[in-house]
Amino acid sequence: MARATSTQRKLGTTLLAWAVGLLIFFPIYWTILTSFKTEAQAISDPPVFLFFDWTLENYSIVQERSDYMRFLWNSVIIAGGSTLLGILIAVPAAWSMAFVPSKRTKDILLWMLSTKMLPAVGVLYPISLIFVEFNLLDTRIGLVIVLMLINLPIIVWMLYTYFREIPGEILEAARMDGASLGKEILYVLTPMAVPGIASTILLNIILAWNEAFWTLNLTAANAAPLTAFIASYSSPEGLFFAKLSAASTMAIAPILILGWFSQKQLVRGLTFGAVK
Amino acid sequence: MSLRKLLAAATALTVAGGTGAFAQTITIATVNNGDMIRMQGYTDQFTEATGIGVEWVTLEENVLRQRVTTDITTKGGQFDIMTIGMYETPIWGANGWLVPLDDLSDEYDVGDILPAMAGGLSHDGTLYAAPFYGESSMIMYRTDLMEQAGLEMPEAPTWEFIAEAARAMTDRENDINGICLRGKAGWGEGGAFITAMSNSFGARWFDEDWNAQFDQPAWAETLNFYVNLMNDAGPPGYSTNGFNENLSLFQQGKCGMWIDATVAASFVTNPDESTVADKVGFALAPDNGLGKRSNWLWAWALAIPAGTQQEAEAKQFIEWATSKDYIALVAENEGWANVPPGARTSLYETPEYQEVPFAQMTLDSILSADPNNPTVDPVPYVGIQFAAIPEFAGIATEVSQEFSAAYAGQQSVEEALEKAQALTNDAMEAAGYR
Amino acid sequence: MATKASRSAARVMMAPAVVLLLGWMLVPLTMTLFFSFKKYLPLRGDSLERGLDWVGFDNYIRFVSSSSFWPSVQTTLIMVGGVLVITVVLGILLAMLLDQPFWGQGIVRILVIAPFFVMPTVSALVWKNMFMDPVNGILAHLWRFFGAEPVLWLSDASLASIILIVSWQWLPFATLILLTAIQSLDSEQLEAAEMDGAPPQKRFWFIILPHLSRAITIVILIQTIFLLSIFAEIFVTTGGAFGTRTLTYLIFQRVVDSQNIGLGSAGGVYAIILANIVAIFLMRIVGKNLDA
Repeated sequence: MARATSTQRKLGTTLLAWAVGLLIFFPIYWTILTSFKTEAQAISDPPVFLFFDWTLENYSIVQERSDYMRFLWNSVIIAGGSTLLGILIAVPAAWSMAFVPSKRTKDILLWMLSTKMLPAVGVLYPISLIFVEFNLLDTRIGLVIVLMLINLPIIVWMLYTYFREIPGEILEAARMDGASLGKEILYVLTPMAVPGIASTILLNIILAWNEAFWTLNLTAANAAPLTAFIASYSSPEGLFFAKLSAASTMAIAPILILGWFSQKQLVRGLTFGAVK
Repeated sequence: MSLRKLLAAATALTVAGGTGAFAQTITIATVNNGDMIRMQGYTDQFTEATGIGVEWVTLEENVLRQRVTTDITTKGGQFDIMTIGMYETPIWGANGWLVPLDDLSDEYDVGDILPAMAGGLSHDGTLYAAPFYGESSMIMYRTDLMEQAGLEMPEAPTWEFIAEAARAMTDRENDINGICLRGKAGWGEGGAFITAMSNSFGARWFDEDWNAQFDQPAWAETLNFYVNLMNDAGPPGYSTNGFNENLSLFQQGKCGMWIDATVAASFVTNPDESTVADKVGFALAPDNGLGKRSNWLWAWALAIPAGTQQEAEAKQFIEWATSKDYIALVAENEGWANVPPGARTSLYETPEYQEVPFAQMTLDSILSADPNNPTVDPVPYVGIQFAAIPEFAGIATEVSQEFSAAYAGQQSVEEALEKAQALTNDAMEAAGYR
Repeated sequence: MATKASRSAARVMMAPAVVLLLGWMLVPLTMTLFFSFKKYLPLRGDSLERGLDWVGFDNYIRFVSSSSFWPSVQTTLIMVGGVLVITVVLGILLAMLLDQPFWGQGIVRILVIAPFFVMPTVSALVWKNMFMDPVNGILAHLWRFFGAEPVLWLSDASLASIILIVSWQWLPFATLILLTAIQSLDSEQLEAAEMDGAPPQKRFWFIILPHLSRAITIVILIQTIFLLSIFAEIFVTTGGAFGTRTLTYLIFQRVVDSQNIGLGSAGGVYAIILANIVAIFLMRIVGKNLDA
């Protein structure tokens, strides 16, 4: 009896969960699907779901018009570079906050988060002028620095919450054995913190990949990432749903795939210390 | 991964930036319009002939404006050529931000540029940007629907006729709207249309002392006429329709008439894109018997920001892209209907081009627009669908947002005009006009 | 436990992050403050080299006295609040659903978190054109299929539409954090409550919700930080028309459309003040919860 109800219940849950999941995913599914249609099919009423002539035409048009690989490469470098640089700076900071806390630790942490509240448009001119001054416009290094600074507070906070869960006794023991600070971090802390660091890296790659204000305003041709790529496909003349879909799919595919492969990591890791 | 490896990887990645941009490459910011995208396809020929490489930064219009304006005011120097319009050129030229185009070669034949275009792209008689294509606005209408309605489009109709025809052509059952007009917020979108339209109703943005004129009856008349017409015969959600939205509606056969940029003519008559390609007629933009038509004047033009390292190369490119030869090149490969229109006199003297159905109407529309004398009553500004002062873009964007809210029925026309009046005067005061 | 040596070492290790963020905050902030007291109209030829005129608090007064100011603050609060309510409520429900055993858990989880990977520009473009377009959008097709008049999403329900788009993007984030929190809930406790005959509602209100409170605070905190500066979604969909002009967007219009840097900078200072009011408020709660 109990088993029957539980199977029945599981079936019900399955149906509901799938329905909700598909509903949430639908816009992405629809975008990918539309990218394989012709422009006319893309707007046909009633909409066509599966039975149409699948075409790769949109992708070749998009590729012909703009060199996708270059934008992709810039995105990879900017998102990856800013995340790695951020991790390098954040690990020591988070370590010291977690293991040598002082009265001010929490204030510093919250202050760091508050720097993220500076509205980007409000400082567009100051940052642009600084970039002009230091010749950073349209360079990847400039964007790497800016995106690193934007996401640094989040990185520090995430790492801090992970590090805090590592029992201090282990470090004590290492210290007893005469391990230096550097060794302590390298051989004791790092292995234990790897899952946390990994999900921090993931989240920050996603955030940096999707950042669309600075990446658009501080680049031209050389350092332009996929956010700029997409800016040339929003509302051109004539029918454009299919081409827009193709460009959109190309822009989100890499990060979507990365996200899917690492979803376990994300699901486990994205806690911000929410779980004790 | 060890710290050292991380460090090395990060350094390698960041140092990898800053490459590219070798001596013989120019960077061009441009808008994602069809003619520009076509030009990108031909750049290889330019590179082959001159050895100058070209990097394109193609952006949607609003993003482009934001990018190039920030770049020019902060002296960012990221672009060697910028695609700008008739609004920006005289203002930037006056500030000394653009390289004067006063030494173009003889074979380029500057004198061949349509005087209306050259005038709008100059400051103090010096040309600062070369028109890639020029446009006015005109009526595009469905000949079959017009016939069905038992009406005949005059060559130079009045607003009264347009309203009558629009209501007669409307067939909601079959998804046919008598008229499609821009309603989208933004000074270059709905703002441009309603301003050009208001000229024919005797309205103006400012009087000669720079006082906003939205409290005058002519504006209320314009807006009420527009709103009533669109509610009766316009498409649903017209308050968010701009050029592209209307173009696709028209191409799908959902509009009886459409008053918009003359360049649209080649898109709506192109059988590859348009379902109604063989049923389109053209007429001059309507008037109200007050002596001014509601057509505008605009050009997308190429300009060189002052301070670029590649001035000579940039000039070479501009001479190539806006030349007679380029027009001939496109004509040869894609047919005369697809060449960039509205920039050169000689194009309209070419016999092959005269056979293109919309050629003459485009030229007539351009010739009937006078930016120096745009309104019934005198005004202190130059420009038809805009006023060529630096503050206009900001003010007109907000004003057109108030208008769009009125189109959507979120406020009355009177409320919209009241707010427009207040915010315009406020901004003009802030800028020191009043 | 911490020795003096480790304390000073800790300080050294914290230094790069603190110094960088301090610079990142102070340099633009100082420049913004400086500009906000100046007349700076670059299109009128004003530039730093030529020197800018001091105008006192003119820009500050003008920015607040504009008829757009209070509505923009209100819009900002509604937008942030709306998205928070939707994502937290749906996030809890979704997390509870995903926590149940069912077939294909892994795949459904992937489907649910996918929107988080989509860049805001792309999601705004896709929603605006392919879903909310009143003629060709799929929602219009759906409405017509049921014989209803299509909704003019981006003009008649503009703010709600943007809230919908942004909620879609942030729902996965909320769900993920809440799911992790639910999974850490002691199942014995729940079972005990079930044994005692506590009805499901009671179990939810007295066991699950209190357990989630910390996670909810964190969702609210992080999302608020990101939501206050929402830009692309508005820029792409309505351009600030139809009552969707947030404070951030108003500043953008002053700086970019009007090219009035002084006025925009004054707006930026107001935005920082608003953000900090929200932040202090939030951090009070989080601070408490972080200690708990």
